[in-house]
Amino acid sequence: MAPVRDKAGRPVVVVTGMGIVTSLGTGIEENWTKLVGGQSGISSVKRFSTEAMRTRIAGSIDFVPVAPFSAPALTERLGEIAGEEAVAQARIGSPGRFPGPLFLAVPPIEVEWDQRTELAAASGANDEVHYEDLLRATAAGQFFNHYDRFVFGSIGTHLAEKFGTQGMPISLTTACASGATAIQLGVEAIRRGETDAALCIAADGTVNPENLIRFSLLSALSTANDPPEAAAKPFAKNRDGFVMAEGAGAVVLESYEAARARGAPILGVVEGFGELADSFHRTRTSPDGRPIIVCMRNAIADAGLTPDDIDYINAHGTGTPENDKMECLGVTTVFGDRAKEVPITSNKSMVGHTITAAGAVEAIFTLLALINQRLPPTINYEVPDPAIPLDVVPNVARDAKLRHALSNSFGFGGQNVSVVVGLEPT
Amino acid sequence: MADTARETWITGIGIMSCLGEGPDAHWRGLNECNPNYDATTFTPYVVHPMAPINLDAQIPKKGDQRQMEPWQRYGTYAAGLALDSAGVKGNKEVLDHMDMIVAAGGGERDSVVDDAIVTGLLKTDDKGRFLNERLLSDLRPTLFLAQLSNLLAGSISIVHGVIGSSRTFMGEEASGVEAVRIAYARIAAGQSDIALVGGSMNAERRDLLMVYGFGGYPLKDDFRPVWERTSESGFALGSLAAFLVLEERGHAERRGAKPLARLATVKSEWAKREPGGIDAALGRLWDALPADAATNAAVISGASGAAPATAEEGEFLAGRGLPVRATGSQIGHALEPQFAMNIALAALAVGRGKLFAPCDGSGFETPSDEALDRAIVTAVGHFRGEGLALVEAVR
Repeated sequence: MAPVRDKAGRPVVVVTGMGIVTSLGTGIEENWTKLVGGQSGISSVKRFSTEAMRTRIAGSIDFVPVAPFSAPALTERLGEIAGEEAVAQARIGSPGRFPGPLFLAVPPIEVEWDQRTELAAASGANDEVHYEDLLRATAAGQFFNHYDRFVFGSIGTHLAEKFGTQGMPISLTTACASGATAIQLGVEAIRRGETDAALCIAADGTVNPENLIRFSLLSALSTANDPPEAAAKPFAKNRDGFVMAEGAGAVVLESYEAARARGAPILGVVEGFGELADSFHRTRTSPDGRPIIVCMRNAIADAGLTPDDIDYINAHGTGTPENDKMECLGVTTVFGDRAKEVPITSNKSMVGHTITAAGAVEAIFTLLALINQRLPPTINYEVPDPAIPLDVVPNVARDAKLRHALSNSFGFGGQNVSVVVGLEPT
Repeated sequence: MADTARETWITGIGIMSCLGEGPDAHWRGLNECNPNYDATTFTPYVVHPMAPINLDAQIPKKGDQRQMEPWQRYGTYAAGLALDSAGVKGNKEVLDHMDMIVAAGGGERDSVVDDAIVTGLLKTDDKGRFLNERLLSDLRPTLFLAQLSNLLAGSISIVHGVIGSSRTFMGEEASGVEAVRIAYARIAAGQSDIALVGGSMNAERRDLLMVYGFGGYPLKDDFRPVWERTSESGFALGSLAAFLVLEERGHAERRGAKPLARLATVKSEWAKREPGGIDAALGRLWDALPADAATNAAVISGASGAAPATAEEGEFLAGRGLPVRATGSQIGHALEPQFAMNIALAALAVGRGKLFAPCDGSGFETPSDEALDRAIVTAVGHFRGEGLALVEAVR
């Protein structure tokens, strides 16, 4: 039997349940089949008018009905779907009672234009409307449903209730690294001995006009609208930005000891985490790449491994000119001569960038690669970039012998998190 | 005593509010009981405005200041005060491994843009096109970054160089409780040696008052201290920022840092808000305190003034027999950073060995000249979430 404590004497943390929903579809099976099939979930935006916009595509999820529609409502529903799948697979707790805390990565919540115009109409202001009018209408009216929907803790409160998790739910954001941070907090809680289990969910359903325009104004998005499925081109020389997307990933984490004692399915081991914030710039990486280099090294060291032990890298790989160049610099520095031999793929080429959910979605895809001993491809790789001499598993999936893998998540605000996952020791 | 082998010291405090900036201004203000509030600008709501500050003192580059909205500036400023207080400002060796947990709201809107768009949306027949065109032309490209919740932490990394780790929790009072609890638990368990934890709030925002106004929670019209808000309940949103430097004792001693206080325990609950729920949750938290917690002790309450939470907390505390001070009567309620602020104020009190003056006409807060060695800090969310911390003097 493999030891239940790691080399540092901490409880080994395993994954006993996974759930996912992306623009490719709902559930582990559908997502994995399409992912290794090289399918794209990116499409022209139909949810709202994209007139006048430079970017008119996204990996939005239009097959999950939500009413009344809002970004937090869709985000919550996506998180719920992923969470249900993970909890069911883990066969843990009882309906409405999960025996551990909830760590939830969610986008910051904002009141939307529908609510502002509703308030404006209620205010009776008939020429120019000002926030003073909205505030007056707010104070005079009954809008508890809006409070319940748009207060920052809203999604966490609802999902904690739905799953019956224990204690205060933690809602968090570390931008594009949020999903990884949610899992990291769960791992740390189990390592501290605070709990034997944790439910970690990351969800994002925020494709709306304002967010598309915000990222567009930062020059972060691909404008290759036609055909949509060819827009996301991580590591290719003609990459021109990321494609905004929606999705959710959820994992049930348990101490190896507790999971084995109850005969739970052991899907994999979360072996180590690394992080280091970047103090260089709000949206750009330090030119020397030090933060992401140290972040990856910290994760590998925390797992008690060396770079030679890593068989596969699931890249942050957004497809922006800057990210992919800097990630390549980081990987080349950490892996040295081996860098060209370690396959590195970006599933953002297929599902787009699920922002808040990405870290969890990608940790799950990474584990699925280990479980299936198969590397999902990086699609839309037609024009190699000589500045990125890496094996990106271009366009077609392939089998591989995999034991440990690294997944990177980097975000605005200098957020960097890397996670190492592995298979259960035999 | 601390409930762990690894002791957590508070070695730095950075605070600012309507009372001013820093420990002395707060100590003076709390003792004067002369609340600084504004009941007219954000009518019908009452807020506590931020005292005037000189941003250059902690955010020297104008370019950095321009990249932030007020809540990020306040937080970045207070984080700088905390690092100064702990004696680690600019100490790259320490900042490189300093962890950070920020409790944040966010989404500070450009009200001029919003006003114009809402006005236009009510008049146009082509709402989709109108919205897109206005957003494309009116949004400042960097506004998004000033709105993102995690960009307070990001700004602290950039301006002050705190880079060991960077996490942002969201979700009203609960996020502030969990930020402190997790930072403390990580130090106790050996996952961290030193951490910057706290947050900030800009209360002078109609867009935010609107969200809490939807729930009917902000105080309207008439200001009174929190325990006196019986017929008209509500919290007076307060502009404030608070950061703590929490540090493992050995780490502090090795660099010659002095403790302002010891953070002996932090615990949280998530009670169903049914009759008796708050009483039961606070009871469980209180019973889990170390045996000597109530000796030479007082309660620094985070009571917000919201109903029914504040009345229920008051009843619970009345049964504990310790002197109580609700800071919300003087600095307002800031949700996310409130718990860190109250822990900072508790550290000031135990550091000075005495409690500040009452500020309450209901008679619940009574004068106390007893020696003060411990402060029990409460957080009872206006809607959900409860927390308790024990802050002890290190003599």
